[in-house]
Amino acid sequence: MTDTSRRAFLQGTAVAAVTLAPGLTLIATAADARPAGEAASPKQRWGLLIDTTKCPAECTACIDSCKEEMGLPDHGRPATDAQYIRKVSVKDPASGKTVSLPVMCQHCAKPACVDVCPTGASMKRADGIVLVDRHICIGCRFCMMACPYKARSFIHEDQTGQKIANPRGKGCVEGCTLCAHRVDAGEMPACTEACQNRGKGAMVFGDLNDPASEIAVRVATEATTRIRADLKLDPAVRYQGI
Amino acid sequence: MNRLRLAVIGFVVLATAILAGHGAMAGDGRPALPQAKGSVCVEDTQVMRRNHMDLLKHQRNDTLRQGVRGGKHSLAECVSCHATDGADGKPVPVTAEGQFCQSCHSFAAVSIDCFSCHATVPADPARTAIR
Amino acid sequence: MKKVDYQELTPLTPGWLAAVGGLAVVVAAAMVAVFHMEHNGHWVTGMSNQVVWGMPHVFAVFLIVAASGALNVASIGSVFGREPYQPLGRMSGLLAIALLAGGLAVLVLDLGRPDRLDVAMTHFNFKSIFAWNVILYTGFFGIVGAYLWTMMDWTVKGWYKPAAIAAFLWRLVLTTGTGSIFGFLMARELYGSAVMAPLFIAMSFAFGLAFFNLVILGLYAATKRPLGDDMVARLGKLLGVFIAANLYFVAVQHLTALYWPEKRDAEAFILLNGGIHTLLFWGGQVVIGGIVPLALLFRGTVGRCTLRFSSLLVTLGGLAQVFVIIVGGQSFPLQLFPGMEVSSSFFDGQVATYVPTVAEIVLGLGGIAITVLIVVIGATFLRFLPAALGETAPAAEPAEGAPAPAACCASPAE
Ligand code: HEC
Ligand code: HEC
Ligand code: HEC
Repeated sequence: MTDTSRRAFLQGTAVAAVTLAPGLTLIATAADARPAGEAASPKQRWGLLIDTTKCPAECTACIDSCKEEMGLPDHGRPATDAQYIRKVSVKDPASGKTVSLPVMCQHCAKPACVDVCPTGASMKRADGIVLVDRHICIGCRFCMMACPYKARSFIHEDQTGQKIANPRGKGCVEGCTLCAHRVDAGEMPACTEACQNRGKGAMVFGDLNDPASEIAVRVATEATTRIRADLKLDPAVRYQGI
Repeated sequence: MNRLRLAVIGFVVLATAILAGHGAMAGDGRPALPQAKGSVCVEDTQVMRRNHMDLLKHQRNDTLRQGVRGGKHSLAECVSCHATDGADGKPVPVTAEGQFCQSCHSFAAVSIDCFSCHATVPADPARTAIR
Repeated sequence: MKKVDYQELTPLTPGWLAAVGGLAVVVAAAMVAVFHMEHNGHWVTGMSNQVVWGMPHVFAVFLIVAASGALNVASIGSVFGREPYQPLGRMSGLLAIALLAGGLAVLVLDLGRPDRLDVAMTHFNFKSIFAWNVILYTGFFGIVGAYLWTMMDWTVKGWYKPAAIAAFLWRLVLTTGTGSIFGFLMARELYGSAVMAPLFIAMSFAFGLAFFNLVILGLYAATKRPLGDDMVARLGKLLGVFIAANLYFVAVQHLTALYWPEKRDAEAFILLNGGIHTLLFWGGQVVIGGIVPLALLFRGTVGRCTLRFSSLLVTLGGLAQVFVIIVGGQSFPLQLFPGMEVSSSFFDGQVATYVPTVAEIVLGLGGIAITVLIVVIGATFLRFLPAALGETAPAAEPAEGAPAPAACCASPAE
């Protein structure tokens, strides 16, 4: 059947067209939510600042909240289960000093994953958030080969009970979205909220382009580092104390 | 082409006859659809019938790639209006047998993969509250 | 130059039926494997979030690399005007197309969403070397197809030389593209290097010719067509040169990396302490795929058995080489914090283990079967295979035909 023939029956005669007001959707707007219908803007660059001195090795608040927020179940197969964020313990073999820090997608300004993606599914939003457009991801995993941070997971099995905010299914690649859905609603990412509420407040979220924001002030005045800064991918996630 | 059209008409007539026999017809050659919440759809009903696929694809690019939220043609919103409540008071997935999206698509022999990822039931107000 | 007489294979003989039937069974088994993997999801394979490309990619990359190499015989005859190779031009082109088709089939069938192939053909990110490869592969089919046409149709003979040159250049670009899939990956110590492109070209020369030799020897033995000793010796020497070139670029690949302090740990992993990867590197790639066939081929005049055995070794060594590049390169952990000891729940800092499942290997073998099937079917319906090859008629071929050469190959010594 052609497209038109298949759609033909839809022009059924029975129901008269009712033209009323177009459907109005009222959404509760948080203080800084971007107004409905407005696109993300390059004026912003969302980022994270993580103070590892306030990140105890045993605390997993960020990870737990991420799994809950994004609906990432545990299939009991660590080699193939998705992890958007993980705690990495880093030990200096010379001194023995060990720090623990969360690593997630670093939302690079020049993301390797975006460059290598054949279809353009791997993409960077105007406000710097790096995402996988799972509608055109073919599951080739080249982005996973290219990412120096091991930030992405391939979905190895069918999923059920997905969260509305994070539709996910077998055969595509996923990763941290910086909780784009929450950021758009004027909230901070789930991990950061959990770190501030249940952890020691190691994580700060904000707009790196807004000189008045806490994150921008601290990045401008305190010492911060980025993982694999030598690769010059310009990540939006900065760390302190490593 | 003529033969194709004949086949289509033949199929529709046959399907109508069978479905009518089961009393499942709205009477105009289409399956009966469960009642949606609210009184009107996001667009004119005729427009929705014909163009919902294009509206959805447009919306998905706007939302995912541009970050436009609160769009009129949000898939999550379709689900929240078009999912019905079962006998146990729990929402029935829109992809379940006889449900809104499913019944029409199976009639039209369309298969969509959207719901292998997208939630098939509306947000649970109770669960959203505790977060 | 004497006129070459090309003849189709005779279909439906018992041997033909057995070959086609056997190949079809392998292809069917591969389809079952694909269904198993795609239906359950990739967790049923050995691949994981650590080793994202596994056995299917080893076979696919081997076949794709060999595809451009298989075209060399035709190029040597046409572009470089070496007459003795000219009768083999048609088979060379056919095999090149067949190898590419087999390799791409494996690659596509391993995608997470093979149902979205249409997306891959309609959405191009021109910054992606992968997207460029899609274009290069499609172009290869077209250009080699046209080249074959100029070889087989006298009315377009005027285009023979231009088509030959275009195909030769295209295949160089294509292999550069395949090598760059790895060469452009700066994140991983064992990739990110410009030497990948010439290395892949050298690999393609060796693998492609080895596969070509196996096909030619197999077809001539099976059809009992005369194959001259001079032709066999010539293909043998050529293979020897290509093996040496491959070994040379492997040496360059690892020596340059060793000069780079930050790559030394990764190099040590491949060369010294990488377990299976070290074994496959030295034992598989260097000894079986390089030194042994090289020694056999330069020991004296190359006969049928030496050529067959060496080509087989190069093929096996080639698979080992691609395995070490693809799986070895991913098994060495990403260096998030160079010089530090790292650990996490996500296998950071750990050498990844990869144990391929039967399904993955069967899918890869399916790619090879698709290749050979295309060659057999192609040569059955069109005149690809010369009725006789070479100057010196072979001294008394064993009368039993096909089984005899196979038996003689049990020992490399003739
Ligand atoms: C592989 C998983 C996957 C599949 C399959 C999929 N989507 Fe999505 N979709 C997503 C993700 C992820 C988002 C982003 C959600 C967000 O940021 O809120 C999304 C967002 C959307 C949105 C915007 C959010 C909303 O609810 O309005 C629309 C519309 C949409 N998808 C439509 C579709 C349609 C139509 C199909 C089927 C043709 C489909 N999707 C199939 C993963 C998927
Ligand atoms: C505000 C609630 C609401 C939302 C949101 C909504 N619908 Fe509807 N929809 C309705 C109602 C009510 C009707 C029945 C209108 C009528 O009978 O004229 C309807 C009718 C339809 C019809 C025509 C059914 C028929 O009778 O043939 C289609 C198709 C449809 N909706 C699809 C969608 C899609 C796709 C979406 C998401 C983009 C969506 N709807 C969102 C309430 C909604
Ligand atoms: C009135 C019948 C009807 C209803 C109700 C209906 N659809 Fe459809 N839908 C169709 C038809 C017919 C097509 C195929 C159109 C075509 O191929 O051109 C289609 C196609 C689609 C497509 C595009 C499929 C593709 O691969 O291109 C999507 C997405 C879709 N529908 C989503 C929905 C969702 C979500 C709902 C429920 C909210 C829904 N539809 C309800 C009839 C319907």
